[in-house]
Amino acid sequence: MTQDPAIEIRDLHKSYGAIEVLKGVSMTAYPGDVVAVIGGSGSGKSTMLRCINMLEKPSSGRIAIQGEAYEMRQLGTNAMEPASPKQVQRIRSQLGMVFQNFNLWPHRTVLQNVIEVPIHVLGVPKEQAVARGRDVLARVGLAEKEDVYPAFMSGGQQQRAAIARVLAVDPLAMLFDEPTSALDPELVGEVLSVIRDLAAEKRTMVLVTHEMAFARDVASHVIYLRDGRIEEEGPPEQIFGDPQSPNLQQFIRSVA
Amino acid sequence: MTDMNIPATADRTPGALAQIRAFFLPHRIVMLALALSGVAAMVLTMDWSWLPQFMPRLWGGLLMTLYMLFGSVILGFLLAVPLGLVQVVGPRPLRWLATGFCTVIRGTPLLLQLWLFYYGLGSLFAQYPEIRETWMWPYLRQAWPYGLLALTISFAAYEGEVMRGAFAGVPHGELEAAHAFGMPRTKVFTRVWLPRAVHRALPTLTGEIILQLKSTPLVATVAVADLYAIVTRVRQATLLTYEPLLLLVAIYLCLSAILIAGLRWLENRVPSGH
Repeated sequence: MTQDPAIEIRDLHKSYGAIEVLKGVSMTAYPGDVVAVIGGSGSGKSTMLRCINMLEKPSSGRIAIQGEAYEMRQLGTNAMEPASPKQVQRIRSQLGMVFQNFNLWPHRTVLQNVIEVPIHVLGVPKEQAVARGRDVLARVGLAEKEDVYPAFMSGGQQQRAAIARVLAVDPLAMLFDEPTSALDPELVGEVLSVIRDLAAEKRTMVLVTHEMAFARDVASHVIYLRDGRIEEEGPPEQIFGDPQSPNLQQFIRSVA
Repeated sequence: MTDMNIPATADRTPGALAQIRAFFLPHRIVMLALALSGVAAMVLTMDWSWLPQFMPRLWGGLLMTLYMLFGSVILGFLLAVPLGLVQVVGPRPLRWLATGFCTVIRGTPLLLQLWLFYYGLGSLFAQYPEIRETWMWPYLRQAWPYGLLALTISFAAYEGEVMRGAFAGVPHGELEAAHAFGMPRTKVFTRVWLPRAVHRALPTLTGEIILQLKSTPLVATVAVADLYAIVTRVRQATLLTYEPLLLLVAIYLCLSAILIAGLRWLENRVPSGH
């Protein structure tokens, strides 16, 4: 038997009222995979990513992390909610998420941000968490900034701190929700190079991005979402080099 | 040329002497001289002979004022947190209850509330032998519990509104990040939501605490021996008008200044960067 997928999504649907934003999406990411999700705005790519850690509640479908499926409870005909908040918390603590707007905790210094989850969620002893925190901050190039409050850093530095915060929990998989979309153009590169290093380490990632050149570069698998469906998927050379569907061809032309 | 001078001057850290010299600008010197001569005139031309005699009682009054202030601020804030929280996330009946409480208390004079508690509740308690026999009675027959109660409830109502705004104003993404890392809801509250809300509310709270200090003299009307009540007694005993009142001004000013400095310090411990 092969190993369990790190992330498995089967026939995921998500509706907001009468509007269906995901119309049956499936995805499998094995450990070490870097899945890039591309698509226009409103295609449902962020919603799909946010369903993986239950920040959005799927309307139907199945999501499993490392072989463990979320236990869901049916709410009416077209909605579900997690049956066990404890399970959701446990699974979430093994997934790290990087947000478009960084979402660092501004009342804590960079190091305090990084050690917060290890200490207060995972129960790591403080000295150990601090040692690891300094280690991951060094890896994202912020060793000198550990006592700085987020408000005094550039967007690129804040996003790298947010990535360090995720690395500190040593997650099974990392979820990136348009990590460079809120950055000034000159700051995008420093964040992408950190993510590129993580991809080279064979970390499992799902990456929602508008950076096509970057997706082509680091992804092992690319998913093109359009209007709530996967219109095309495959290895990056195929998606970007030889797109089949007219919509994807046009999308790639429009963002290139 | 000026460009080249800027780094040089910026690098030079001014010594203590230079800092003092920088403080004494002409307009400041005039103001200081005026203030000092005012104080000197008060000390020299007015009658302060009563001061030593009343000192112990004034201390007692000051302690009672501080006790009323800090007691009502601490207890009131502990009430304000749930009052603000349920107005943001509470189930509808609780939300209505909290909104109603804040509206009623904020919409009526504190003096009126104080009298209703003291004359209403106080005389009501006295009618029940069951209450008169409990351990609480020695406290309930005094005036200060009603003063503290009225001040606490008033502070809770005002700060409940402040905390409602503060809780609602914490950016959603900061809470979402905590949830995304698997933080239990109670921890999201104690580690992120509450500290962020308090930090955002601190500048407002500073002002409200000063207002609360200046509301404490109202308890003198129900015979609580706070600073104001003692000074009133001084005036009755000495038949002096200005001296005791000026002392009162000086003490309240000092208290306000100390409170503001302390709360500023607290605010600046976490720089918001804005």
